[in-house]
Amino acid sequence: MTTKTKQLNRIDLIFKHEDDCKEILKKSFDRSHEEVINEMVNSGLKGRGGAGFPTGLKWKLTSEEKEKTKYVICNADEGEPGTFKDREILTRVPHKVLAGMAMCAKIIGAKEGYIYLRGEYKFLVPQLREELKKFHQIMDELNLDFVVDIFLGSGAYICGEESALFESMEGKRGEPRNKPPYPTQCGYLNKPTVINNVETLAHSYTIMKYGAKKFRELGVKDSWGSKVFSVSGDTPIPGIYELELGMSVQDFVDDFGDGDTKAVQVGGASGFLVPRKRFPKSHIGYQGKLTGVSLPTGGSMMIFNSSRSMYNVLDNYLDFFQEESCGQCTPCRVGCQQLLKGIKAVKRGDKPAAYLDKLLKLTETMRLTAKCGLGQSVANSFSSIVENFREEMIY
Amino acid sequence: MNDQAELVKDLVTEYGIKREKLLPILQTVVEKDRFLSASAILKIAEETKIPAADVYGTASFYSFLDIVPRGKYVIRVCKTITCAMKGKNQILLALEDFLKVKLGETTPDKLFTILETNCLGWCHKAPAMLVNDDVYTELTPNMVVDILSSYKAEADKK
Repeated sequence: MTTKTKQLNRIDLIFKHEDDCKEILKKSFDRSHEEVINEMVNSGLKGRGGAGFPTGLKWKLTSEEKEKTKYVICNADEGEPGTFKDREILTRVPHKVLAGMAMCAKIIGAKEGYIYLRGEYKFLVPQLREELKKFHQIMDELNLDFVVDIFLGSGAYICGEESALFESMEGKRGEPRNKPPYPTQCGYLNKPTVINNVETLAHSYTIMKYGAKKFRELGVKDSWGSKVFSVSGDTPIPGIYELELGMSVQDFVDDFGDGDTKAVQVGGASGFLVPRKRFPKSHIGYQGKLTGVSLPTGGSMMIFNSSRSMYNVLDNYLDFFQEESCGQCTPCRVGCQQLLKGIKAVKRGDKPAAYLDKLLKLTETMRLTAKCGLGQSVANSFSSIVENFREEMIY
Repeated sequence: MNDQAELVKDLVTEYGIKREKLLPILQTVVEKDRFLSASAILKIAEETKIPAADVYGTASFYSFLDIVPRGKYVIRVCKTITCAMKGKNQILLALEDFLKVKLGETTPDKLFTILETNCLGWCHKAPAMLVNDDVYTELTPNMVVDILSSYKAEADKK
């Protein structure tokens, strides 16, 4: 291990106490739509839910749609294992999230917005309703016809997938739709919809307040800005931290590990497991300028020390996926079940070790043929665990 | 009309006959009855003019919309990785030991049901569980006994 030279920069933008929300909104409303969109595009902000779609472009595409009725939706269906930062943002700075929604609504021309809050966070509803009262007051004062309501989920991970979320809001089973068309054209109730993660909306507020230039002082090329990370597992300091994008996993482990870190799961169960030997060459951020491997993440960082069995970790993930798969498409529904059955059989000795290679092929098939991100991304954690800890899967 | 039929009628009047309002209606009925009975599903279908099969199909998709009877207090213990690593099994054992029923079962007095659930979003304060909508984190077996005792006392008072 390298010796620790410096600590990672702790950023304080998202949670910084600021209540001049109305002033910032007024300033943004006074600017032309084009100016605001340019500011967003120039900031290089990418979706903080994990997928990393450029936020400015999403707003721009939706604003160009001719349809009269449009929606802004805040995706607060935070269900990825190891992620809990959106709850903290909604608890501590909900006004920034709402301000982000209002900015977006003004530009695209939406009159209605929703916060899709996962059922597990129902306890947040009373405080959010209080916040909404204040927010609607501000909307009145600024003369913007925009109303936000809360829509509660009911315990389904897949509803975090944007098109499944729309289905759920429409009173149906949360089964993802085929894409295209994308939400920018055809979202909630088949109307053009901007759907952004909680943190993305809070960042939009920050960008409006401090400008794109300031935002780009943080992070690295193609992964600008800071990100809120949810740190859990074998760490002496679990919790929520805002850090710059672009850091190496090694630097992260030096700060947050317990001195015996064996692997880090970046991006939750649907992300990648990084083993110790790859810590220095793996970076947190989107594909681009970063050397080595870039790992995008919704912010979930789960740390495992050498006392943990990677077989148990994978078994837990697969149990999660086979329960949360919506069951609509065969590769995912059957694939998740077979992967779980398969690793159990190898562990028991009912199947030879070479069976793991068959399972790896199956995950590749799922990556290519599953309908949505859930089925496609099971391959990420499966292959990164099986390839790096093969012996733990067998013995 | 019984209580349930009246509740459904009131809800539909409040929300209007719109498919988008189906989930809030289902959620409110579950909040009151702790599950969706066949009669509740039929009544909702009748009032909303949505086919009963669609109402059932929607309800059965969501893990929090129970379609089998549950206790007054539904306990959902997080079983996802961090909680599993930080002692979820001890918490389950403590619950089973105190309530004298197994995972998935409801106590004979219909007060408690023990269930497992996927990630609750409290990994930094594992292990965690929900009792209806209330969150409990950094649990120990002793805490579990105290928490359940307080729910029992609350139910006894009524």
